Amino acid sequence: MQAIPWWAREGFWAKTAVFVTALSFVILIWLTFDTMKQIMAGSVRVPDYSVINQRISYVADDERGYQVPKIGPEEPLFGKKLTEEEAAALVRKGKLVIQGRNCMNCHTLLGNGAYFAPDLTKAWLDPAWGAATIREQLMVQFLMDPTNNARTFGSGRKMPNLKLTEDEAKAVVAYLKWMSAIDTNGFPYNFKPIPQGGE
Amino acid sequence: MTRVGVLDSSNLTGGQRLAVKYFTVALVLFGAQILFGLLAGLQYLKPDFLYGVLDFNVNRMVHINAMVVWMLYGFLGSVYWLMEDEAQHPVVGLKLGEIAFWVLTLAVTVVVLVYLFVQYGPGDIKTIWFINEGREYIEAPRWADIGIVVVVLVFYFNVLATFIKGRFTGIGGVIVLDLFALAGLYLAGMFFTPNISIDQYWWWWVIHLWVEATWEVLVGAIMAWGLMKTLGVSRRIVQTWLYIEVALMFGSGILGLGHHYFWIGTPDYWFEIGGFFSALEPIPLVAMVVHSLYDAGKHHMKSSNHPALAWLIAHAFGNFLGAGVWGFMHTLPQINLYTHGTQWTPSHGHLAFFGAYATINIAFFYLAAQQWRGNVYMGAGIAGAWRWKWALTLLSVGVLGMTMALLIAGYEQSFIERAINGSTWAGYFEAQNHPWFQQAMWWRQIFGWVTAAGYLLLVWDLLAIGAGETRTATRVGHESEEAEAGAEAAPATA
Ligand code: HEC
Ligand code: HEM
Ligand code: HEM
Ligand SMILES: [Fe+2]
Repeated sequence: MQAIPWWAREGFWAKTAVFVTALSFVILIWLTFDTMKQIMAGSVRVPDYSVINQRISYVADDERGYQVPKIGPEEPLFGKKLTEEEAAALVRKGKLVIQGRNCMNCHTLLGNGAYFAPDLTKAWLDPAWGAATIREQLMVQFLMDPTNNARTFGSGRKMPNLKLTEDEAKAVVAYLKWMSAIDTNGFPYNFKPIPQGGE
Repeated sequence: MTRVGVLDSSNLTGGQRLAVKYFTVALVLFGAQILFGLLAGLQYLKPDFLYGVLDFNVNRMVHINAMVVWMLYGFLGSVYWLMEDEAQHPVVGLKLGEIAFWVLTLAVTVVVLVYLFVQYGPGDIKTIWFINEGREYIEAPRWADIGIVVVVLVFYFNVLATFIKGRFTGIGGVIVLDLFALAGLYLAGMFFTPNISIDQYWWWWVIHLWVEATWEVLVGAIMAWGLMKTLGVSRRIVQTWLYIEVALMFGSGILGLGHHYFWIGTPDYWFEIGGFFSALEPIPLVAMVVHSLYDAGKHHMKSSNHPALAWLIAHAFGNFLGAGVWGFMHTLPQINLYTHGTQWTPSHGHLAFFGAYATINIAFFYLAAQQWRGNVYMGAGIAGAWRWKWALTLLSVGVLGMTMALLIAGYEQSFIERAINGSTWAGYFEAQNHPWFQQAMWWRQIFGWVTAAGYLLLVWDLLAIGAGETRTATRVGHESEEAEAGAEAAPATA
């Protein structure tokens, strides 16, 4: 072993490996604590579930150089203002539907998932719903019967009927509305939101 | 009694017998992966194909779940395969390990049947427990998650106890510590939260810290053993390299996790952390190529198992290309803003998973086939060598072709959908309808069939290679270097 310089020895690299791994992991844990604080529902970046009682838009922020969600005046979903608990329960239900129907093996949410269908991060604000006033109703209709309400834009690629009940469809809409209020650092870029009056 | 050229379990040790069970199921699931990939791919071209019967999401879920499970089966098998040799001790608790194998296989079967025939459930927590968790790659329902954890604990006991009773080598130590982290990470994917930012934060712990940290290190250790066995490289060299690779891989991969935290609601300091550390991730992958090629060259490509060595070399290159180059291309936030969640992502995903993990598992299938037939000769000039060479070629060309097709589609989609049209519903379809996109999808399908042909040939070859051969394997190692220089000089790659 004499001839081997210290930097080529097994023992040196074994210790280095342990040290580097431990250090990286400690830093990751520390960052995780900070990040968790910043993405709890009710934080600045990820708003409380009751945000579905308000108008949500996606507007240019000159300082940050991209669009950010803006929480506007009161504009309850389905015309009914919910308490914080009701809102939380509805959004939770929406998430359970999204997982139970396996939406993410066709769609992306926040850009993660599958690529067979449009990204749903800002589906609530999509201009294809036409006008903000009829959007909620159209979304529920579409989700309950995507075959007969298909758009497909000439692609022929339809969403299948996943047999959502009306309650389930409404919960999904609540979910999509809440999700559109998350600050995603400007993703999707250059999105063209639905006109909502007063903007 | 060794019987050369005949498939005979008495040619195998206890651990190896269990390993070939794992390998067999892995190979079957690999076939299922390809079949469902082809179905999903076809639905891009013919949207009415199986619409409402076996929808895209079901096919895709089976496609990627079969992949994760067959690769884990391959890893478990590989560890059982090398454990006794490495620890110089028979597997401790082998009976328990056998039971765990059957339990796991039964659970996997039930899960797949439920995926295919139940498909989805109502929006309540019971669906997550019994049908489908609806989260990519880890869709398996909660009951199965718990079953998997139990089985993995049994496996872990086998590994740990065997190394303790036998001897702890550097390779053994890395495997034991790494498997602990790998299993522990799975727990991060086992809870429900309505908050999608928190959900995806922890989901990526499982996915990223598996494929870009713990799986990489596991295959690094397996590779180290493989190079010792197929080439006869000295232990001191492979272990020193292994530690260097562990340091580089964990040093970049753990914080490289941040490249998934650009757009999911997480704070923007992840731009710098994720961009910087993930950009370093290719370094260990280059190091691995250098190392394995250097070893192979130094030993004049003389190996006791040509197909296995060829697949190990394919692993080194595939890992570097698929993970290192393709990963690097979209890892900076300035680029990822446009490529995120486009066909760019599966372009990288296909090449990385195939290049890094399918390859090394296949190398072990060949090591197993050799031993199963009584350590049969698998050097230059074996009968039917065209089969393994063509299987390797077709599989590699198939996956590379799919990767290129998806890359073209991904570029087009990044421009038209992401940059110009701002990722709206209409913008999405404008990109999907573009002729370049459509053509790319056809090419993906065609190369998918090439891949499938390679798979069929691979299965045939694994069943047939070495049959009727009467010579035993050439011994490798420093001693044998001069003796066989003449006969074995042919390069091992196809
Ligand atoms: C089998 C694949 C598939 C599954 C599963 C699926 N979708 Fe879709 N979805 C599509 C396709 C394709 C479209 C485009 C349909 C059209 O244009 O007619 C679409 C369109 C949509 C739209 C409108 C697009 C937009 O940008 O606003 C919404 C909202 C939506 N889906 C929500 C969901 C939800 C919620 C689920 C789960 C409950 C789901 N989808 C499951 C394929 C799927
Ligand atoms: C063998 C190792 C690797 C494998 C198997 C792998 C596989 C994958 C897969 C399957 C995805 C898509 C995940 C999803 O479904 O959402 C992905 C995403 C990604 N990978 Fe890798 N990867 C590996 C290594 C790397 C490396 C080394 C880098 C960077 C240098 C990298 C960069 C990325 C990035 C940036 C994404 C996100 C893509 C997006 O924004 O949509 N990967 N990887
Ligand atoms: C044999 C031909 C194959 C075909 C036709 C095929 C097709 C597909 C399709 C259509 C998807 C869904 C992509 C989307 O959401 O739009 C997919 C995803 C995926 N496939 Fe394949 N596949 C094949 C083989 C393979 C192989 C051999 C591997 C790896 C070993 C692989 C790994 C993956 C991965 C990791 C994903 C998820 C990618 C992501 O989310 O980014 N596939 N495949
Ligand atoms: Fe990653």
